[in-house]
Amino acid sequence: MKHARIAWSGAIHDAVEADGQLLLTQGPHAGRRVGFDEVVWLPPLAPTAQARTVIALGLNYADHAKELAFKAPEEPLAFMKGEAALIGHNALTKRPADVTYMHYECELAVVVGRTARRVKKADAYDYIAGYTVANDYAIRDYLENWYRPNLRVKNRDTCTPIGPWLVDAADVPNPMALKLQTTVNGKLTQSGSTADMIFDVPTLIEYFSSFMTLNPGDLILTGTPDGIVDCQPGDVIVTEIEGIGALINTIVSP
Amino acid sequence: MNAWLPQGTVYGTLLNFRREWDLWSTRMTQDPHKAPPKAPVLYVKTANTFCPAGQDLLLQDGVSEVDIGASLGLVIGAQSQVTGAVLLNDWSVPHTSYYRPPVKFRCRDGFLGLPEQVTPGQVQDWAALQIDVRRNGERVQIVDLRELMRNLPTLLADVGEFMTLQPGDVLMVGSDCLTDGTRPRAKAGDRVEISAPGFDPVITQVKGRT
Repeated sequence: MKHARIAWSGAIHDAVEADGQLLLTQGPHAGRRVGFDEVVWLPPLAPTAQARTVIALGLNYADHAKELAFKAPEEPLAFMKGEAALIGHNALTKRPADVTYMHYECELAVVVGRTARRVKKADAYDYIAGYTVANDYAIRDYLENWYRPNLRVKNRDTCTPIGPWLVDAADVPNPMALKLQTTVNGKLTQSGSTADMIFDVPTLIEYFSSFMTLNPGDLILTGTPDGIVDCQPGDVIVTEIEGIGALINTIVSP
Repeated sequence: MNAWLPQGTVYGTLLNFRREWDLWSTRMTQDPHKAPPKAPVLYVKTANTFCPAGQDLLLQDGVSEVDIGASLGLVIGAQSQVTGAVLLNDWSVPHTSYYRPPVKFRCRDGFLGLPEQVTPGQVQDWAALQIDVRRNGERVQIVDLRELMRNLPTLLADVGEFMTLQPGDVLMVGSDCLTDGTRPRAKAGDRVEISAPGFDPVITQVKGRT
């Protein structure tokens, strides 16, 4: 099933995809169907009691590592984001006026389903609730070699669109063989497969849970393949993963 | 009353004390850094690190010694305004490289010691705050907020340039090093107490997995 979290009719609702529409699943309008264009799409994530842990991976595709002139890392290169960086599907992302290179990163996002600590790779899929698409924008002008990638590059307001759907893990039989692609104004600029991850999803869950507890609702953004290009105000960026969804975002000037 | 827990995201600040900046300054232009940092260097203390008042810190997963990171955390309210502050113990696995993000060093379970409650106030109240750090009753450090590279209003402004602090978020102002660039350390069996006038202390018993 594909789950969404939307604002409609003055309130926030949970919904699922049904025959090309959104079927509201709780509240006074439960059972009602609304069109995709009638709603504001929020990140497809239930609120968490404490701050959601948002892990993101750098250089997790061999070709992207090469593109950025790095050798492939020997262990996952991870950084953390604050939840406030997340925005939903069909949203606007700000490009500062003074920058020369701002690029998207189409990423498979894993949503943790139950508390995970010292999980073995072989059991890792049992801890996953589902998957969604994230676009982990970076502004390379702000890259500094201190705790790199630094938060000014990676934790900016509006710069992590996510959604539109949270797809149940049960509906994604092999998350390690999904096509990813990005288009800019309809033109294909990025194309890859999750099969090419350096550290696959089970390995990442084993790695992080070896030293930290992952809680339900926590996110792992698993990195992006090569094919990154500069995005300008007005550009419409669609990051899409086979079977998971197509996440639309528009760049705007401040 | 339940012990305080952060309601939002906790951010830490690296290299915000003059002494550590000065010790690093000659290396800042060398590889892999190539240049001194311009923007505040931040990191996230994830929710699994939250260690409420009264809970012990358990060293495990191959970690036998930790840096004590006495800091002041600014507690954010509406419109990104500071509504109060807390003392915090921002524990970390000792690490000498600041090149890559410190997830494995700073995001381990229990690695953020919390006090019982928040002290209400405004940033100007703490401009000259001195934080006392004791290990097993013996003073090992005094952290003086007059030694900050970015003072509290400057830090808030420079962070706010690229990210909006949300109600419930906490921004730690940094932790100082000793004269040799290291931080005071603790291991299993130690009792570490961080205190300052007007604040609830952060008292942590460090334990090991035996």
